[in-house]
Amino acid sequence: MALLAVRNLTKRFDGLTANSDINLDIPEGSLFAVIGPNGAGKTTFFNMVSGFLAPTAGTIEFAGEDITHLRQDKIAAKGLVRTFQLVQLFKGMTVAENVEVGFHLATEGGVGAALMRLSWFRRQEADVHAKARELLVFVGLAGQAEQDAELLPYGQQRLLEVARALAAKPRLLLLDEPAAGLNAHETDALAAVIQDLNRQGTTVLLIEHDMALVTRIAQRIAVLDFGCKITEGTPDEIKRHPDVIAAYLGTEEAANA
Amino acid sequence: MRSNHTMTLRASISTKLGGYDYFAVGGAVFIALLFAFVFIKGGYLLTVMQLAMIYGVFCVGLNFFMGYTGQASFGQNAFAAIGGYGTAILCVEYGFEPMLALLASMAISGVASVTVGYPTLRLRGHYLAMATFALGLITYDLSVQWTSLTQGYMGYAGIPPLGIGAFTIEDERAKLVCLMVILVIGLWISGRLRNSRFGRALRAISATEHGAAALGIRVSYYKLAAFVIAALYASAAGSLFAHTVGFISPEVFGLQMVVVTFTMLYVGGIGTVLGPAIGAVVASLLPQIARSTGRFQDIAYALVLLLLLIYVPKGLSALAGIGRPRPAKQATGS
Repeated sequence: MALLAVRNLTKRFDGLTANSDINLDIPEGSLFAVIGPNGAGKTTFFNMVSGFLAPTAGTIEFAGEDITHLRQDKIAAKGLVRTFQLVQLFKGMTVAENVEVGFHLATEGGVGAALMRLSWFRRQEADVHAKARELLVFVGLAGQAEQDAELLPYGQQRLLEVARALAAKPRLLLLDEPAAGLNAHETDALAAVIQDLNRQGTTVLLIEHDMALVTRIAQRIAVLDFGCKITEGTPDEIKRHPDVIAAYLGTEEAANA
Repeated sequence: MRSNHTMTLRASISTKLGGYDYFAVGGAVFIALLFAFVFIKGGYLLTVMQLAMIYGVFCVGLNFFMGYTGQASFGQNAFAAIGGYGTAILCVEYGFEPMLALLASMAISGVASVTVGYPTLRLRGHYLAMATFALGLITYDLSVQWTSLTQGYMGYAGIPPLGIGAFTIEDERAKLVCLMVILVIGLWISGRLRNSRFGRALRAISATEHGAAALGIRVSYYKLAAFVIAALYASAAGSLFAHTVGFISPEVFGLQMVVVTFTMLYVGGIGTVLGPAIGAVVASLLPQIARSTGRFQDIAYALVLLLLLIYVPKGLSALAGIGRPRPAKQATGS
C-alpha cells in the first residue's frame, strides 16, 4: 500500500493553474523524487501535501488517512515532516538547540513540567540533549553543535535542517530542493545522508531541480511540467523519455523557432 | 591543532575565578554595591528602586511575548491596569487580603488575556501591534470613564501594603527587599521556562513560524501561552504598584508605561533572561543621574539612550559576551 496517495490534486491561483489533476503514489520505504523545470509547480505540490497551502480540489491520503485539510503541525504529528527550499533556521539558537526543537513531537511537557522539573522531565531533557548530538554526528555537524545556527555556511544550514526534521521521527520526509545552492562536495555529503536514512527505513520524497543528483539516488521519479504530471518511472526510463527531454531541453520545434 | 586547543584553554582559565567568570562576579558585586548604596542613602532613591523592581516584573513578562516569541504587543499595560484596579477594588471595597487580591487579579487578567488573545493573535506584525495598542487605549479609557468602578481621574487611594494577616510590610526598605525577592522569583521562572521544551518552541516561533509548524509546533497555542504569561506578570506588576505606592490612577497604566517598558526591554536586552531586569534598573536610574545636568536632563537622558541603542544594540546583557572566550571552533579535517 502506498504511504502517500495523492488523488486529482489541483491548485488554482486566480487564473493560473499551478497544479492540475496530479495523481501520485509513494510506496513505503522508497526514495522518490519529483522533478521538473522551474515553475513546473513542484513547490506548490509540496506545500499542499505538507498542509502549507489548501488545495483547490483533490485529496491527499497519508498512511490510509485523509490529511487534505489538516493543519501543518497536525500533519507533522502524523509523521509527514518537511524541509524548505529557503532554509528556515531558528536564528538566535545554537545548532544543537535547532535540532532539540525538532524533538518537540517526540517529547511532552509544558509550563508546569518546565517549572517543576520532575525526574521524568529532567531525563527527557537530557535525552533530547544527547540525541540531538547523535543526529548532528549523523549529518556531520557534531563539531558545530554550540555555534550560532545562522553562522553556519549555507550547505551546512541545509544539513542542519535535515537533522532537525529527522528529530521529528518522520515516516515520510519531504525535502524541498535540498541541493539548491550547494557545491559538488556538499551535494555528495547530502546525497549520502539521504541514502543512509532511506536505508534505515525512512520514506523520502525529494523535490529537485538537479537531474544528476536525482537520477543517481532516487528509485523512482515523477516529472512535472506546467503543473501536470507528464510521466513517472525509474531513473533510466525518465532519462530516455522524450517528453522529459523536451521539458528540460525544449522541443526541436521550440529550439528552431 | 594543539596550539589552538591550549589557547582556548588559557582563555577560559583567565576569565574564570573559582568556577565563576569575571563578568558574573563583577555584575553581582556591582548590583550588591548599588543596593547597599540605595539602602544606606534611603529616601527618594528607595522609591525609584522599588518602581524599578515593579517595572522589572512587567518587563520579564513582556519578554516572554516580545523577546522569546518575537511578537509585538503595545497593549500589555491593559493587564497591569486590571492588576492595579483589581487589587485596589478588592482590598478597599471588599477588604481582601493584599496577597489574595493580587492573586485574584492575576486570575482575572489570565481570563481576560485568553479572551482577548484568542482572536487577536491571528494577526501578525504591524496588525498585531495595532490591535494590542488599541487594547491598551480601550483599557485606559475604561479606567477613566467607568467612574462607578474606578473613580475615574480621582484614582484609588488607601490601598494597603503587602503582607500576610497582621504582618504588613510598611517600611520602605523592607518593601524594596520584598519586591526584589518577587523579581528574582519572576526571573527564575523565566530562565527555567526559556531553557525547556516550552521555551524552545517559543524561540523557534520567533525565528520562523513555518519552520516551527513543520516540526509539529502548534504556533497559535504557544503564542497565546506567551501572551497569557506576559499578562500574568503585567497584572502582578500592576498590583505590586498599587500595594507599594498605595495609590493608583489611570495615568499610571497609560501610554507612558508602554514607552518606558519598551525602553527597558531594549536597553537591557530583549530575548535574554536577565536583560529585562537589568534594563528596568538602568532605565529607572538614568533619569535620576541625568537630573544632575539641570535643565538639560531630558536631553542627557535621550542622548544616553541613543548611545546605548547604537553601541549596545543587543542590550546591556549582551556585554556579558565581551571578554569571554568564543566557543572553540572545531578543526575540520586534519
